[in-house]
Amino acid sequence: MTERQVTTIDGNEAAAYVAYRVNEVCTIYPITPSSTMAELADQWASEGVKNIWGSVPLVMEMQSEGGAAGAAHGALQTGALTTTFTASQGLMLMIPNMYKIAGELTSAVFHVAARSLATQGLSIFGDHQDVMAVRPTGFCLLASGSVQEAHDMALIAQAATLEARVPFIHFFDGFRTSHEVNKLTLLSDDDIRAMIRDDLVLAHRTRALNPDRPFIRGTAQNPDVYFQSRETVNPFYAKVPDIVQAAMDKFAGITGRRYNLFDYFGDPNAERVVVLMGSGQETACETAAYLNARGEKVGVIQVRLYQPLSARHFLAALPASVKSIAVLDRTKEPGATGEPMYLEVVNTLVEAQIEGTLPMPVLPRIIGGRYGLSSKEFTPAMVKAVFDELSKARPKNHFTVGIIDDVTHTSLDIDASFMIESDKVVRAMFYGLGADGTVGANKNSIKIIGDDPEFYAQGYFVYDSKKSGSQTVSHLRFGPDPIRAPYLVQSANFIGCHQFNFLDRGDVLKNAAQGAVLLLNTSPHEPEEAWDRLPHPVQEQIIAKKLKVHAINAEKVARDNGMGTRINTIMQTCFFAISGVLPRDKAIEKIKYSIKKSYMRKGEEVVRKNFEAVDNTLANLREIPVPAQATSTRKLPLVVPANAPEFVQKVTAMMMAGRGDELPVSALPVDGTYPSATTQWEKRNISNFVPVWEPDVCIQCGNCSMVCPHGVIRSKFYNEASLDSAPKAFRTAPIDARGFPDIRYTLQVYLEDCTGCGLCVEVCPAKSKEQTGRKAINMALKEPVLEDEKANVRFFETLPEMDRGRVDFSTVRGVQFLPPLFEFSGACAGCGETPYVKLLSQLFGDRLLVANATGCSSIYGGNLPTTPWTVNNEGRGPAWSNSLFEDNAEFGLGFRLTADKHLEYARELLLALAGPLGQAQVDELLDAEQLTEMDIRRQRSRVADLKQRLREINDPRAAQLLAVADQLVRRSVWIVGGDGWAYDIGSSGVDHVLASGRDVNILVMDTEVYSNTGGQMSKSTPMGAVAKFAAAGKQIGKKDVALQAISYGNVYVARIALGANPQQALLAFREAEAYQGPSLILAYSHCIAHGINMQRGLDQQHLAVECGHWPLFRYNPMVRESDENPFVLDSGRPKIPLKKYAYNEVRYKVLTHTNPAEAERLMDLAQQGINRRWSVYEDMATRSGGTFVPKFK
Amino acid sequence: MDLTTTYMGMKLKHPIVASSSPLSGSVSNIKRLEDAGAAAVVMFSLFEEQLKHESAALEHLMTAGTESFAESLSYLPEVDDYTVGPDTYLDLLRRASEAVDIPVIGSLNGITNTGWIEYAQLMQQAGAKGIELNIYYIPADLTTTGREVEERYIKIVKAVKESVTIPVAVKLSPFFSAIGSMAKALDNVGADALVLFNRFYQPDFDLEKLDVAPNLNLSTPDEIRLPLLWIAVLYGKLRSSLGATRGVHTPIEVVKYLMAGADAVMTTSALLKNGADYLTTLRDGLQTWMEVNHYDSVTQMKGSMSQQNVADPTAFERANYIKTLESFKSDYI
Repeated sequence: MTERQVTTIDGNEAAAYVAYRVNEVCTIYPITPSSTMAELADQWASEGVKNIWGSVPLVMEMQSEGGAAGAAHGALQTGALTTTFTASQGLMLMIPNMYKIAGELTSAVFHVAARSLATQGLSIFGDHQDVMAVRPTGFCLLASGSVQEAHDMALIAQAATLEARVPFIHFFDGFRTSHEVNKLTLLSDDDIRAMIRDDLVLAHRTRALNPDRPFIRGTAQNPDVYFQSRETVNPFYAKVPDIVQAAMDKFAGITGRRYNLFDYFGDPNAERVVVLMGSGQETACETAAYLNARGEKVGVIQVRLYQPLSARHFLAALPASVKSIAVLDRTKEPGATGEPMYLEVVNTLVEAQIEGTLPMPVLPRIIGGRYGLSSKEFTPAMVKAVFDELSKARPKNHFTVGIIDDVTHTSLDIDASFMIESDKVVRAMFYGLGADGTVGANKNSIKIIGDDPEFYAQGYFVYDSKKSGSQTVSHLRFGPDPIRAPYLVQSANFIGCHQFNFLDRGDVLKNAAQGAVLLLNTSPHEPEEAWDRLPHPVQEQIIAKKLKVHAINAEKVARDNGMGTRINTIMQTCFFAISGVLPRDKAIEKIKYSIKKSYMRKGEEVVRKNFEAVDNTLANLREIPVPAQATSTRKLPLVVPANAPEFVQKVTAMMMAGRGDELPVSALPVDGTYPSATTQWEKRNISNFVPVWEPDVCIQCGNCSMVCPHGVIRSKFYNEASLDSAPKAFRTAPIDARGFPDIRYTLQVYLEDCTGCGLCVEVCPAKSKEQTGRKAINMALKEPVLEDEKANVRFFETLPEMDRGRVDFSTVRGVQFLPPLFEFSGACAGCGETPYVKLLSQLFGDRLLVANATGCSSIYGGNLPTTPWTVNNEGRGPAWSNSLFEDNAEFGLGFRLTADKHLEYARELLLALAGPLGQAQVDELLDAEQLTEMDIRRQRSRVADLKQRLREINDPRAAQLLAVADQLVRRSVWIVGGDGWAYDIGSSGVDHVLASGRDVNILVMDTEVYSNTGGQMSKSTPMGAVAKFAAAGKQIGKKDVALQAISYGNVYVARIALGANPQQALLAFREAEAYQGPSLILAYSHCIAHGINMQRGLDQQHLAVECGHWPLFRYNPMVRESDENPFVLDSGRPKIPLKKYAYNEVRYKVLTHTNPAEAERLMDLAQQGINRRWSVYEDMATRSGGTFVPKFK
Repeated sequence: MDLTTTYMGMKLKHPIVASSSPLSGSVSNIKRLEDAGAAAVVMFSLFEEQLKHESAALEHLMTAGTESFAESLSYLPEVDDYTVGPDTYLDLLRRASEAVDIPVIGSLNGITNTGWIEYAQLMQQAGAKGIELNIYYIPADLTTTGREVEERYIKIVKAVKESVTIPVAVKLSPFFSAIGSMAKALDNVGADALVLFNRFYQPDFDLEKLDVAPNLNLSTPDEIRLPLLWIAVLYGKLRSSLGATRGVHTPIEVVKYLMAGADAVMTTSALLKNGADYLTTLRDGLQTWMEVNHYDSVTQMKGSMSQQNVADPTAFERANYIKTLESFKSDYI
């Protein structure tokens, strides 16, 4: 047998590797957790990697998964071998085409990283809800349970589909398999060729649409033949099991790896059997083996071909000794009599009994259970709980395992102490910060160790819900045998804590085994101080578990070696130095080799710095003596303060502490409804540097507060008498306005919530007269000022809120006094989107409805545990919801339709109840103008009176009016999302809603790329910029959706950039909201995906406008009433060349390194495009008003 | 009419050279300079510090925010084949050297000893006909002595000379206490040419923003005075060639520099202002001037007004000051 390459990759790469090689066309669209497959296909195509026929597959990004499926359908129909990669809602969007593809008996495999569906909440994590939802489409379902299987089944599926002519979904568990890094044997191109029969490929092409031998497909059929036609496919499906098994047998002949439709593991005379598919099977099999060794008669059936489920093969796999069976479904079908695989197994066995083919004398007891939804852990203890349940005389049916269900009591009890981790395996956990490079270093360690022929390696990575300051936990296993443990490390013999303050937050040592090694990064302290700085409970754990503690001040070593805050190489070196997985010298040599390999292309300097860091690490690593007794008196801080609301105390705090798994069903809302205003309870303290206000320099302009992405800079003015009880360190200044001698002003920074992005300092225009380097707000070390500022924040919150009626909404200076109702989100530090969202909440928050497209804004806006949308001192605040990615405009229009209908109904009821209410009061309510904040407040007061009166009126119509009376205060409906939504997947919805004429406001936060899924090209991506799916630079310019919208004539359209002109941005928001028709605001949002120093994000916005890439304008249909020109350009002619803006960003700059000539060509074309577009805009701005569409009444 | 000259040991068809500027940023521009008549082109400078900074910045920005959030484990496409470091520069130098017949001279600004040597060698390998060392050093550290600065220059030139075989020019700072001694010292360690003087980009203040503004402005013709003086003084006293740079806007400055003793006259500002074709104007202007004034060759003109060849050699030294005052008095009082 040929020597095959052994490598360490993740499940996505394993599957895509094969899919790419056996297809000619890949139609793609990003969706977590499958995006990597599409990205790799695109990357390989751009690198010229060929398929097994020696041709580079054509990879095409579409506007949605619906589009990807449609294009796949078309490519298949015309004879190209075609695939796509998707998950979750993406697969849902493919359903209509899947029926067609299957109905037309088309050979194709879709590769799915199976993921939860959005129901009571969205989840990006893994289960089988998506693949189970496509059962009726006619696609076969083939499941992989490991990284190696994802590789192998991808090929078996392709071989089978070509022969069977029935399309396949090949799926594996999202994240658990798609993102698990494991060692596998790679299929060679020869292996792949041997599996794929060219005659079947040619047959596929022969069935294609071809004008040289024409036929039609896709007819409309009538009652006479549709039914019979539907039955024509039966023979094809009947053959599928044998075809797949034959492909598996052939595969075994080629590779030596044997698979069956159903594989049985365990005691041949097992009495209790668990049936399941996906990654859980490895856990189940390993547990069964462990129990077998202890005399238990148990076994596991791994289902590979789930649909069509072959009863014959299933019964053959099932030991005749079986008395009870538990079928585990990783899905949930509310209201069903059982989950689908359970029902299939019941059906199979019952039919066998009826037919007399049952292999056992008595029908076994069959129970079904759910497990592992949304990547919920599935551990050996859970498998054992299921086996134990099967031993019972009356086992629980329709159970759940892995949660505590104290409502309908479905859950099984679990013995959490049951573990089967092998002592031969090194089990390591690393707690790191996203920014410190821990995960990258661990992936590298896995490669290093996995490359050693004596070792197997596995890695899985857990990330938290925030995009800034996020914690990562890496779970690594290394051992002499293949590692079949698709669950988190439960008992670690090595724990790396890469951030010292983590020991104060979560229970880092919870999973430490007795005698384990603890590696601590003690920064900012020296290792010698580490012990005394540990909290008492942590010291106690270290002593009780007899941990050996090693420590290093990694940040110091990093800094001294010019590596900034990246401590990854240092901590990785420490791990190798003390873990003993590999001999130290060999390990260091391998680290250096891999550094050279990874960083060579980034320059000698980077390599040298890393080498030096490795050498200096060893010199700075210390072993810390552990005393016999805990010496610290410090307790662990509370997760949330004692005054937090009950829900936050009982539920949110558990999630924050990493103990959400312990929450029982009863603790959670039944319908996905969560309280607003919870980020305020999570003081994340993620930045050591924070802005400090200098009252004597400040001109009170409000710019810093306006641009703060995290809402941590607040302003108030107040009577100086309020200062009587102020803390000594409270900062204050006379208000910068004449005629108010007693009024003081304070700009308060909420230090604990600050991410340290520095945008406030960048935007501050005020400089000290004596020292021009000192601004009115400057970054400083947090620690020295923290305690004072915490007291200051507490005092600041006691100062009265501004009366909204007295605030000048028209200026940046005025708006700073409006409290943000969007605060402390988990967005990236320096996010370019959140300042717009925050501004929206300040201006209209108390009457705001937000429909939020899936994407960054729905994640930083709504990802548990804590969420940033909050309430004002009256208890009012934005009502926010996220439906889906593709439907957001329509979803938001629904908000408007309710508002319009209920307002109409309220007005009708008011008229009907004019008698008891009084005509005058009714008229006031009906005729009230609601343009200014003062108008709104007066109307609120009228509505409050009305509601009071209605409660006193005994008339059913009064109760009806009471329910809709709030609508009499004008609601502000905003439809918010990114460019991936507005330009691509939701484009038609946006267009339709804009054409509806309804009073909705669409805010597109345009980052010019799919930010949330990791930087894929959208139709907003500008020419010349590099993005995923456009690695060679985007070849066409971005779509001008502004001009599209303007073409309707009655749509308010503005293009804004806060960093270039905040006053114009503010004006646009207010005009859009005031306009009682559809509005569209396109807001330039700098983004981490641009490859910029985020601190300079606002400067980039400014340059984007200066160079003409992002001209500022407003098109206001209201102006047409006076016959004026509605199109106003708010920025001047381009002053600088595009490249002066673009080449500050890696997304453009990198092309000058990869392909300078192409970079030059595209930059030149892009510049021409800008020049042409500017002339169009200038022409529009200088036309007479009469040349525009008239204002529609 | 013989316009030829020898500079850094290279025979040039005339003395006007396009000096280090953004104009040499592409092969097509370098070709344009040749077409316009440049006798040689000095490329824009390769800045070692900038390369290091760029490499570090790319590394930082390409990995910023990665491996932090489950949905977006990276933000930019994986690119395996990108070049940082001197490759882009060297590639341009190589292509330019192949594309034109005139000598292309590399320009190097290093910060480390290794950088000076390695990059100089790479330039030679890439086909540079010579290297101009753009030693830019502001001794803002008040403990640095003049002697130390001088030694730094000498050390760099010596190290580069020992590591390459092509000729090496040094662009000199005007801020030495004793330019003559410094020039001699550099001559002694083997400099093939001295270019007088490096025009440091001194920052301005932006009073609107209260910021230091690192912008640059173009030279003016009256800036020729200082180089003119020192070329005139140094002419005939060194082995190395003399290059004149600064303030060349018309053929008149070319003539003056040649008469002072320059072997080559370099221009940047005039080309940035008027375009590459202006080189033709300068060359033709020189020729016309020589015709009108009956000069046969550049060699004939060269150094004709240097210190050793003028009637009053002290005119270049202290007496110059006295004479100026005297003439001032006699003219107006």
